[in-house]
Amino acid sequence: MNQAIHVRGLRYQYPDGTQALNGIDFHLDAGESVALFGANGSGKTTFVLHLNGLLRGEGAIEICGLPLTDATLEQIRSKVGVVFQDSDEQLFMPTVLEDVAFGPLNLGLSPDDALTRARTVLKRVGMAHAVERAPYHLSAGEKKRVAIAGVLAMDPEILVLDEPTTFLDPPTRRDLLTLLRGLPQAKVVVTHDANLARALTTRAVFFDQGRIAGEGDVIEIVQRFHWEYS
Amino acid sequence: MHHLVIDRWSRGSSSLHQRDPRAKLAALLTFLIVLSTTRPAAQAAFAAYAVLLIITASRARLPILGLAGRAALVLPFSATFALLTWWSGDSLRALALAEKSFLSGMAALLLVATTPLTGWTAALESWHVPRMLILVIQFVYRYLFVIAEQAQRMRWAALCRGRGSFGLAAGLVGVLFARSWQRADGIYHAMLARGFRGRFVPAVPVPLGASDALFLSACLAGCLGIRILL
Repeated sequence: MNQAIHVRGLRYQYPDGTQALNGIDFHLDAGESVALFGANGSGKTTFVLHLNGLLRGEGAIEICGLPLTDATLEQIRSKVGVVFQDSDEQLFMPTVLEDVAFGPLNLGLSPDDALTRARTVLKRVGMAHAVERAPYHLSAGEKKRVAIAGVLAMDPEILVLDEPTTFLDPPTRRDLLTLLRGLPQAKVVVTHDANLARALTTRAVFFDQGRIAGEGDVIEIVQRFHWEYS
Repeated sequence: MHHLVIDRWSRGSSSLHQRDPRAKLAALLTFLIVLSTTRPAAQAAFAAYAVLLIITASRARLPILGLAGRAALVLPFSATFALLTWWSGDSLRALALAEKSFLSGMAALLLVATTPLTGWTAALESWHVPRMLILVIQFVYRYLFVIAEQAQRMRWAALCRGRGSFGLAAGLVGVLFARSWQRADGIYHAMLARGFRGRFVPAVPVPLGASDALFLSACLAGCLGIRILL
């Protein structure tokens, strides 16, 4: 099977000297979904920020067979869509439509094509009614949908979701899960939510102090690392 | 918040909203040049400029008082210089200084209240205004909202735990700076992740048409007519 992500020996140290990643080896097959578990500060988010070159550490990263270098950065950013934990950081344009069209415009689509694509994706995530609204006025669930639409509009092959259900109430969480399950892209889901991981992914990787402490079936990893409330 | 209101106004559908941002920018520039070169003694001309702005604002279906109230925010700055001029014995020049700054503010507000941010910054770009300056305008606009929201949350959190004080306010400003920095960094990461390459692409192209030329001609005729005749 083709590998969507292949990471070898990834290390990263923050400018303050904190060693966040300590030699990560990771792979994700095309169409596969994997959950990243681990305590706060274990390196999960730092790791996913490397997948589209937002952070650059030591080691090798290949996305869909393409090595991540300065020359391939733009191509790779169009292949890996990152949905950030805090939707407010992701929604910065004056209206929902303009925000979703931001990525396609940067990809070089004409304004007409970008707006058409934005409208199509907003319809797909159930936010077609909000095209002219200001993103700051949306509910947390709506913001998350628009943030996902903004990423889907770039037609990525891999979706990186950082804590996608944070701040969401149970019904909104359920709706979001249904939406995410219907998306065909390979997914990397950073989460503390074992139920979400079980519903959305088939494999889990457990991070501990910047290393991968274990990987395997979601249920097995949850039990092995006692990753549930009770 | 002020900029949110103006953002909403800028998405109207009046004939003025539909004019090309380049034509509106040219009209604003003409108005400012004509206004700044009007003699202080020509008080009838200032009254005529005000009438011209009121007619334009009502054509754009904007609340005149709301617009004037916001334009008056420039008065404390210009009033300082106007007072100095008045003390030096030139009361007419002092009055003209206040009038000119108020009318300039009102005209500039009319532009931003009838043109979305991406429109008027695209117009600036088409006039070869340095890209760095345009980027600074766009980032300031976005981050102001982020910082204001952050300040609001921190103020509420502080008030929940006691009464405000000067020491508390000073502490809040310090923390606000650090948090805003962090938040701005997050937003910038989100922009990079969606292919941002240092340039905002305007989402809605508006061709310069006959009605834009007519509008610009009418503005030129109105401004120059007042300047010459009164």
